[in-house]
Formats: sequence, structure tokens, C-alpha cells
Amino acid sequence: MQRNQCIVSLLVSNHAGVLTRISSLFARRSFNIESLTVGVTQDPSLSRMTIVSWGDEYLRAQIVKQLHKLVDVKKVQLMDQDKIVVRELMMVKIKLEDGGLPEVMQAINAYRANVVDLSPSSIAVEIAGEPTKLNAFLHFLSKYEIVEMCRTGPTALGRGSYCLENES
Amino acid sequence: MVMTGAQIVIETLLEHGVDTIFGYPGGSVIHIYDELYKRRNELRHYTTCHEQGAVHAADGYARVTGKPGIVFATSGPGATNLVTGIANAYLDSSPVIAITGNVPTNLLGRDSFQEVDISGITMPITKHNYIVKDIRALADTIHEAFSIACSGRPGPVLIDITKDVQTGTTEYEPSNRPAMHAASPKKLVNIGEKEFEEAARLIQEAERPYIYCGGGVVLSNASEELLAFAEHIDAPIGLSLMGLSAVPYSHPRFLGMVGMHGRYGAIKILHESDLVIAVGTRFSDRAIGNTKEFLRNRKILQIDIDPAEVGKNIEVTLGLYGDAKAVLAALTSRTPPLRHEAWSRVVEDMKAHPDNNLEMDPARFTPQAIIDAVCRRMGDHVVATDVGQHQMWTSQYYRFKKPRTFITSGGLGTMGFGMGAAIGACIGSGKQRTVLFTSDGSFHMNMNEMATAVSNNLPLVVVLLNNNALGMVRQWQTLFFNGRYSHTTLDRTTDYVKLAEAFGAQGYRAKTIEEFERCLDRAFHVQSPVLIECSIDCDARVLPMIPPGGSINDIILK
Ligand SMILES: Cc1ncc(C[n+]2csc(CCOP(=O)(O)OP(=O)(O)O)c2C)c(N)n1
Repeated sequence: MQRNQCIVSLLVSNHAGVLTRISSLFARRSFNIESLTVGVTQDPSLSRMTIVSWGDEYLRAQIVKQLHKLVDVKKVQLMDQDKIVVRELMMVKIKLEDGGLPEVMQAINAYRANVVDLSPSSIAVEIAGEPTKLNAFLHFLSKYEIVEMCRTGPTALGRGSYCLENES
Repeated sequence: MVMTGAQIVIETLLEHGVDTIFGYPGGSVIHIYDELYKRRNELRHYTTCHEQGAVHAADGYARVTGKPGIVFATSGPGATNLVTGIANAYLDSSPVIAITGNVPTNLLGRDSFQEVDISGITMPITKHNYIVKDIRALADTIHEAFSIACSGRPGPVLIDITKDVQTGTTEYEPSNRPAMHAASPKKLVNIGEKEFEEAARLIQEAERPYIYCGGGVVLSNASEELLAFAEHIDAPIGLSLMGLSAVPYSHPRFLGMVGMHGRYGAIKILHESDLVIAVGTRFSDRAIGNTKEFLRNRKILQIDIDPAEVGKNIEVTLGLYGDAKAVLAALTSRTPPLRHEAWSRVVEDMKAHPDNNLEMDPARFTPQAIIDAVCRRMGDHVVATDVGQHQMWTSQYYRFKKPRTFITSGGLGTMGFGMGAAIGACIGSGKQRTVLFTSDGSFHMNMNEMATAVSNNLPLVVVLLNNNALGMVRQWQTLFFNGRYSHTTLDRTTDYVKLAEAFGAQGYRAKTIEEFERCLDRAFHVQSPVLIECSIDCDARVLPMIPPGGSINDIILK
């Protein structure tokens, strides 16, 4: 992961166009987006986003302040990375060579990944965890032929009393 | 009460105290215009010649009155014609509310006739925007739009309303709401005791304080508090282009404009200060030039209602987030009265410095003489400009007396802003005599609005400094491109006198200052639009000039 990497959590209105507002803000102000995840919260009028970005102190401050100006952004917080749990989901489909299944299964068990699909010629696996764990698993799989894969990008939640709450 | 969406639009505007609208009709707003017809005794609508003129007029109106400026336009080309004006309002923090119609919801997204995604197009140039597809959300959306446009740092809001929402019906009960005003008192934001103490300490420790203000001071109606603060801490004041008119030109504390074409003394003293107290300004590159030089050996205390501006363009020692009026008053009450004898002498000496003299040759028909002649007749009425040399000369020479009397396109630098803006400003000031300084390039962009001025019998005097060139670009070509005048010499054969007459206005021509004075005397006795063409030298330059990215050390004085 990048140096100066930061994780920004947001509560935003859950309606059309909000994602565009946020991504267009990042684009026009030359902020970086490494990943963005979004999903509805327990309050159906609000969605929560986790944006992974990077930049020096100036950029990090600007990201938060500029996001804050968007009417649809109800709360924005630069997360303290020591106080959060970060998880990401990845699915990978690899090509199965004849007799290759046992070795792959071993790795799947070691990484606590799950098989989600199996066909005579391929196996699809899901794995959730810290992005670094996903990277390590992917690295191990690099000796196989990866047919296709997808990652959700990290999502983050504060530990204990460290929360992102709706201010308004 | 059961109302149509079109009725709700008009009712909510009336609830917010709106009595003036600028706009241009079309198929997608025809139902709203039909309601307007029924309420024509309560709401005055000004039909311009082009939607750009309408949105600039709404902007000019907002700047003069402090109230939001309202503009209507139809879908498609009507809406896209607003874009420059919305961007202009955005960059100068002007509370404009644009209401556009769109095709019926079931035709959205099908490239229907005159369908454009105007909310998508204007997303980066509005404070917020909406597309209303459900009539039940209409009233709340309009109320919210007023509050967003006027609160905090003002800015434009666009509401796109589909046709079926305009024709549909719902229950709505209008109520008496307090009228929204961009200058309604705002509470201090986010300033704790610690920050105030720190600010007071910075101010007391400074030996050479300097107050530098931008348009935020005008927007927050903070002139009185600013002057009291400057007196209290014994500091001189410099203004950005957008800050002009915040303090009277003749005030002893005022040194002049800061920036690329700022006054020598105002810039030099800033560079000798040890603390800059910046109020309501974003430190635009045009105002600051070289940021390293700007920051050398001095501390910066920045006050702004928009936290994102603090530290955005310039690293600051301390930022205070809040409304200029309230923060300045609070700082005055939290610091003891201060005196800086030595610094005051430096400042006074600078005023008399030969390089601080802006005089142009009095024997010639100069922009300065023209502006001065207008100024002597104008009292404290509104002056608007287009963009270019004439704009800079106006900002240098015009002696503003009252806040909100200088209407100019600062952030976007929009040629063609002038006609619409002057019309809106004139209407906003209760149809008092208004002067527009423009030039041949800018005037040709939106001169069609002369027709609007004539139809409404506005006492607008258009002073056109004709240098037969895109003067400002020509000046750069002279200074930085070895006189290669690529496409900036305008060989227009427009006869401005006849043109004015063709519009139904009066047109005069002046080639000497004596002629101009006579023209002005006549113009100031007419209660309808007058255009005065002044032929000036195409090589007259705006000086001083600090080249882009430069500092006081690079200043061009001659
Ligand atoms: C819409 C637009 N197009 C182009 C420019 C670039 N530009 C800045 S100043 C200028 C020349 C303005 O000429 P004129 O209106 O005749 O004023 P003058 O400088 O001669 O006083 C130009 C072309 C601009 N600011 N706005």
C-alpha cells in the first residue's frame, strides 16, 4: 500500500447522483482515489462510504474539507488507522490443471478462503480480510493461471467507541 | 391546498420574498410562465435577449441587494446558455438560484427534444443542484435551495424541474417565512477560546500588521467592523479585486488594490508587514503571484467562513472559521487598542512614494480621465465592468464610496458579464443610474442586452473604451510576446452610435475629455440607456503589473 495512504469514512444521503458528486470532486481537485466502497446503512436514508486515498497532510486536509462542503455529505472523517478494523472481499477464479485441485485446496484452507464455485476446468474462491492478506493470497496464486478476479476495495469500521456518527 | 408544481414554484418564491426574476421562456417552463402571468402584479419578470444575460443579471442583482438572484430558463439550450453565468456566480460566491425546466420524467435519458443533463453539467459549478422528478419533493427542494444559496459562503444553486412535476398536483400550504438574505447574520463557526487567544496573541505580537480583504467582507456586510478593527489595531488595509468597495477609496487606512495590477504601495507594504490578517479571501493566484515570496518572513492569520479556503492556496499560521463581520467584531473586543508608530510612518511615507503614483498623462484622453469624469458625477451608485484592461483601470481609479457598488467578474473573468450584470444591478438598486465600463471586445459578446435595457427604460450609461483591440491580451503580447499581436486587433467597423440608436438607446461619441464631459452631462439627464464610445489609444497599458507568478521584485511600473 501507498505511503501517506489514508482512509476516509463518509455518511452520505442515499440517493441518485451522490456517487457522481463525490467522484467528480476527487477528479476535478486532483485528489487520488485508490478505492471506494459504498453501501446503505441501518438508516435507509444514509449510505456509508469508505474511500482509500493518499496524499500529504495538505491533501488529506483538503479532501476532508472539500467533501464536507458537499450538501449530500453528512459526515466525513479521516480514520485513525490504529483504531479501525479494515476488511476487503476478493473473488478469484483460477484455471485447474489436471490433478491440481489438492494443492489449491491446501492453500484455500491455509488462508481461510472459501470455494464458491467449482467446474471441471476452474475453481472460484472468495477470501475476506485485511488487504495485505488478500495480497499475500494473490501472490501465492500467481503461479496458477488467473481466469478473472475482482476486489471490493477496503471498507472500514471503528473499534469500540471510535465511531462515525451522523452529526445532523 | 391542492396546487400544481408550477404553482408551487411561484408560491415558494413569493414565500421567500422574491419580487424580481430574470429569465427566458420555452416549452419546458411554459407552465411556470403561465403561473407567472397570473401573479404578474407580485413578481416582476425581466425577459433578456439570451439566457446568459439573464443569469448575469440575476448575479448582478444578488451582488447589489444581498438577496438571491433568481433566473428561469427552459430545458436544453436554455439551460446550457446559463452555464457560464452559473460558473461566474460560483467563483465569485454569488447567491444565484437557477430554475430550469426539463422534459417529462418518462422522456429523461432518451435524448428527447431539448433534453440535457443540466444538473450533471453544472455539478462542479454549483454549491448544490437538484433534479426534481417527484412533485412531493418540490417545495422542500426550493426552500432548501434558498437556504443553501444564502447561508455560509453564498453560491449558485440550480433546480431542474421535469415537466410532469410542473403539471402534476399535490397538497401544499404556503406559510410566512422570513425572507432569505445572503447577509443575514451568521453565527461564529468553530472558533474556540484557544483560537481566539492565539489570534489575539498574533495580533499583539505583530509590529507591522496588515489587513488584506477579499469579497467575503462585502458579502458579509462587514465594512464597519473592518474599519473599526483596523483603527483598533492600527493597521493599513489592502483589498483584492473582489474586496473593492468594502472600504471607501479615500479612507486613510486604505492603501489600494493588491494583486497583478494592484497599487505599488499596497503591495509593497504587504511585503514589509510581519502579519497579514486575511479576511474573506482565497489568496487567488492573480492576487498573490509568487506564493513563496508572499509568505517570506510573515505570519498569516486567515479568517474565512469556508474552512476549505483556510490553508488551501497559502499555508497559514492560524485559521479562524467564521463570518467576517462577527469574527472582526470579536477580535476587536478581544485585543487591547494597539499603536505602531514606526510602521504607520512607513505606511504614510509609502503613500507619497513616486512609484505609488498612478497618474496618467493629464493632457491626454486617458482611461483615468474618463473614469474620473464618471466618478465625479456618480455619487455612490453602482458601477459594473466587463473584463479586460478597462476593468483593471476601473478597479485602480474609481473612487468607490459604498460597499456593493462595484460589480465585476473576478474569479471567472467573464467577458460579456457586463451588460447583463449592469442590468441586474440597476434593477437591484431600484433603477438608480448605473454605469457600465466596457470595451469593444467584451461589449460585442453580449451587446444584445442593450435591447433589454431599452425595453425596461433603465438609466444605464454604457461607457465603452474603444481601443480597437482585445487590449488586455494585446498588453501581454506587447510585454511577453515581442509585439506579435496574434488576433487581438479588432478591425470591427461597428458604428456604436448608430448601433445604440438602432436599439432605441442614445449613442454619443467622444474623442477628447472635453467632449466626453459634455456627453456625460447629457447622458446623466436621460432616464434611459445611453452608450458613449470613447476612442482611446490601443497601447495604453494597465500598470503597474506583476507578471503571472511574480512578486513585487518583478513589478513593471513603466
Ligand atoms: C469569455 C472570455 N473569452 C476570452 C477571455 C480572455 N480575455 C481576457 S481579457 C481579454 C480582452 C478583453 O478585451 P476588451 O473587452 O476589448 O477589453 P480591453 O482589455 O480592451 O479593455 C480577453 C480576450 C475572457 N476573459 N473571457
